[in-house]
Amino acid sequence: METFFDEKNKLLIFRMNEEIDDYKVQEIRRRADNEIQRYMPKRVIFDFDKVSFMDSAGIGLIIGRYKFANLIGGKVELANLTNSVRKIFDMSGILKLIPETEIEQYS
Amino acid sequence: MNKSFENEMKLEFVSKSSNESFARVTVAAFAAQLDPTVEELADIKTAVSEAVTNCIIHGYENKIGIVKIIAKLRKQELILEISDKGKGIEDIEMAKEPLYTTKPNLERSGMGFTIMESFMDSVEIESIVGLGTKIKMTKKIKSVEEENKEDFTMLTK
Ligand SMILES: Nc1ncnc2c1ncn2[C@@H]1O[C@H](COP(=O)(O)OP(=O)(O)O)[C@@H](O)[C@H]1O
Ligand SMILES: [Mg+2]
Repeated sequence: METFFDEKNKLLIFRMNEEIDDYKVQEIRRRADNEIQRYMPKRVIFDFDKVSFMDSAGIGLIIGRYKFANLIGGKVELANLTNSVRKIFDMSGILKLIPETEIEQYS
Repeated sequence: MNKSFENEMKLEFVSKSSNESFARVTVAAFAAQLDPTVEELADIKTAVSEAVTNCIIHGYENKIGIVKIIAKLRKQELILEISDKGKGIEDIEMAKEPLYTTKPNLERSGMGFTIMESFMDSVEIESIVGLGTKIKMTKKIKSVEEENKEDFTMLTK
């Protein structure tokens, strides 16, 4: 996972580039919460462009960060959902709660 | 070995969450013999990941145990059995409910069984408290060839 912070807009971007499962999510969660606490962003964007696999651990991850960001007055958004990632999120209903946003794909 | 199965494999590994990726990739590589589509392969990987994760975090609750996977290929069908000898499920109907989890503190979403049921053709749960849990799942594989044929029929219509 790579982190980018845009100070002017208080925008924190997490570019996920690993498989998101119960094992990987433990480290992602720890790092994401650290960065959120450190930067106190208004917006937190999770970018899924480079995610090749995600199971239901991803649902817990996003709901957990949504709650954590709310505590500090920040909002979570999702970007570049791949078909397989969308399929998992669709099932959980969290796309009704957490908005999708457009950001550039990177290479 | 039962003759009616064209192919069969068995995999046993220690219940460490670092093995989740290994387990789903191995089953997917085995199932690749049926020539599945990219989406079917992704569905299989996800269902395996859900079942194996459950054995590790719910069955054994992160104690050391053995997770066992048996995979069979019969005609165009994948048949999976994923089992643990862990604590078992008290109320199976409840466990299958979407959003039901006994571990919300671990940020579990309770969507595992719902995902397995929607990504596979059938899911059966056998469980005895104190003895363990076995998940049987099947999925028919529409071979890539068949899919191409369909595309072709659509084109020529
Ligand atoms: N192998 C297992 N051994 C014991 N309990 C299990 C097992 N698999 C599932 N369960 C129980 O069923 C519940 C629902 O499972 P699931 O739908 O995968 O959601 P989650 O894993 O997010 O809790 C779990 O919270 C757990 O109580
Ligand atoms: Mg689960």
